[in-house]
Amino acid sequence: MTTIGIDKASRWFGNVVAVNDITMSIGPGVTGLLGPNGAGKSTLINMMAGFLSPSTGAVTLDGAAIWRNEQAYRQIGIVPERESMYDFLTAREFVVANAELHGLPDPGAAAQRALATVEMEYAQDRRIETYSKGMRQRAKMASALVHDPSVLLLDEPFNGMDPRQRLHLMDLLRRMGAEGRTVLFSSHILEEVEQLAHHIEVVVAGRHAASGDFRKIRRLMTDRPHRYLVRSSDDRQLASVLIAHASTAGIELDWTEKALRIQAVDFAAFTEFLPRIARDHGIRLFTVSPSDESLESVFSYLVTA
Amino acid sequence: MSTTAAGPAGVHTPNPPALAPVQAGIYHATVGRLTYRALLGRRRALLLLALPLLLLVIVSAVRALAGQDDTTTANLLQGFALSAMVPLIGVIAGTGAIGPEIDDGSIVYLLAKPIKRATIISTKLLVAMAVSIAFCAIPTLLAGFVLNGNGQRLAVAFAVAAAVASVAYSAIFLMLGVITRHAVVVGLVYALVWEGVIGNVVPGARTLSVQQWSLAVAQHLSAGSAVTSDVSLTTGVVLLVLVTAAATWFAVRKLATLKLAGEE
Repeated sequence: MTTIGIDKASRWFGNVVAVNDITMSIGPGVTGLLGPNGAGKSTLINMMAGFLSPSTGAVTLDGAAIWRNEQAYRQIGIVPERESMYDFLTAREFVVANAELHGLPDPGAAAQRALATVEMEYAQDRRIETYSKGMRQRAKMASALVHDPSVLLLDEPFNGMDPRQRLHLMDLLRRMGAEGRTVLFSSHILEEVEQLAHHIEVVVAGRHAASGDFRKIRRLMTDRPHRYLVRSSDDRQLASVLIAHASTAGIELDWTEKALRIQAVDFAAFTEFLPRIARDHGIRLFTVSPSDESLESVFSYLVTA
Repeated sequence: MSTTAAGPAGVHTPNPPALAPVQAGIYHATVGRLTYRALLGRRRALLLLALPLLLLVIVSAVRALAGQDDTTTANLLQGFALSAMVPLIGVIAGTGAIGPEIDDGSIVYLLAKPIKRATIISTKLLVAMAVSIAFCAIPTLLAGFVLNGNGQRLAVAFAVAAAVASVAYSAIFLMLGVITRHAVVVGLVYALVWEGVIGNVVPGARTLSVQQWSLAVAQHLSAGSAVTSDVSLTTGVVLLVLVTAAATWFAVRKLATLKLAGEE
């Protein structure tokens, strides 16, 4: 069992703080690192991968510092976000080279095993430069798995993948997690993370915003106050009936937009209540649009929660 | 927890942590092979071949038109081979051995391995040296023979000078490749402006140029008086060794703490 420990780690570049005093511990199974773009996910992963030193604090693998510790790579497999590999090689040559770089006793056999795991044998003798995005991702996976690591770090592994490739990779990662490996992947898409990870760490603007079970994170995200912009055949009457209901926290009549700005507290109840109340009072709804559904606003709510 | 579960790939038995030592040494065969293939792949190989071919074309023409002459030989071998071809090939081989990998991020596949960073640098340096020696010293030797049939031992002298200069340039430009993304530009400016222009115009600067140091070696090896250097053989050799060692040390240091900034 291998555990990655992040202890009061911060990382800044010049006077920009990318990671701000984060403490978390990542153990066996699949963990999702969720956050909007620019939240510091890559910086965190780069620190866990030994490619960046924490400015303060510690990033460790079973207690041993990872930065400037080449020995750690015997246990860590890394799938970088960037596309470039040794594109002039075939996948087989590339994975064999990775096996040799790990000093494995039988690089050829290890490479074949890894290529079989990611189901890339059919294209293993083609140059990597001819590969699609999804094939590249699998070649990267094979290179990361070739030494049978107990930790797997993946930076935005689903970016640019088609749905079929996505499912395939999810299956593979689930299997890796079930085998007792510590699998950590980053993503900025909640649905992606909750499909795959039992445990989710949320990072927003360099800070550790939430941590836990995906249900807990999901609840945090849906329970936040939602804002809607509503236009109807009778805004004033709609406002008066809405304000009487517990799911509504506030209503504003916006004269310039000729619309109602509604703040709802109970997401599920409000979405059910609004159409029902409109029908009962003979009010026609022209527009119902969530006005703060951007991922950033969801995440920033989490930080303050 | 050594949880083992049978997957299609077989049973997962996690590696025993940290038993085998980190791979060290001055040459790692796999790192070397990858570097050779990257350096000699298609476009870059053509670039590396262009200058030696140009040298051979020029010397053949000179020999055909002007006949055999020791002074002309020395001038051409110094003026074109040693002061232009060698530094330019040094830039291509030295920066090319590591710069592109750092640029496109594929260096992570070397760095995320139980291999000493010093081993990665020394391997890449040896490859860069071998490539520049092959593309500099051999054409220089051939050119010398074409020009005056190794009279005054000029062909051999300049070939050896080209080889020692290749070694120093490889180290300098490899270091540049580690420390800056603009290694090729910086390298070209250094090679052409410092070694070429300033080195030929400002007397003081001449004693601080790889070209002059290697010229001291050529002067020592040649039989006549056609080659002269501003520095003594001892100074030249000592400075060549010092600069090569310092550049290598610095490159190792920089690679050991290379920051791979994310995409963010």
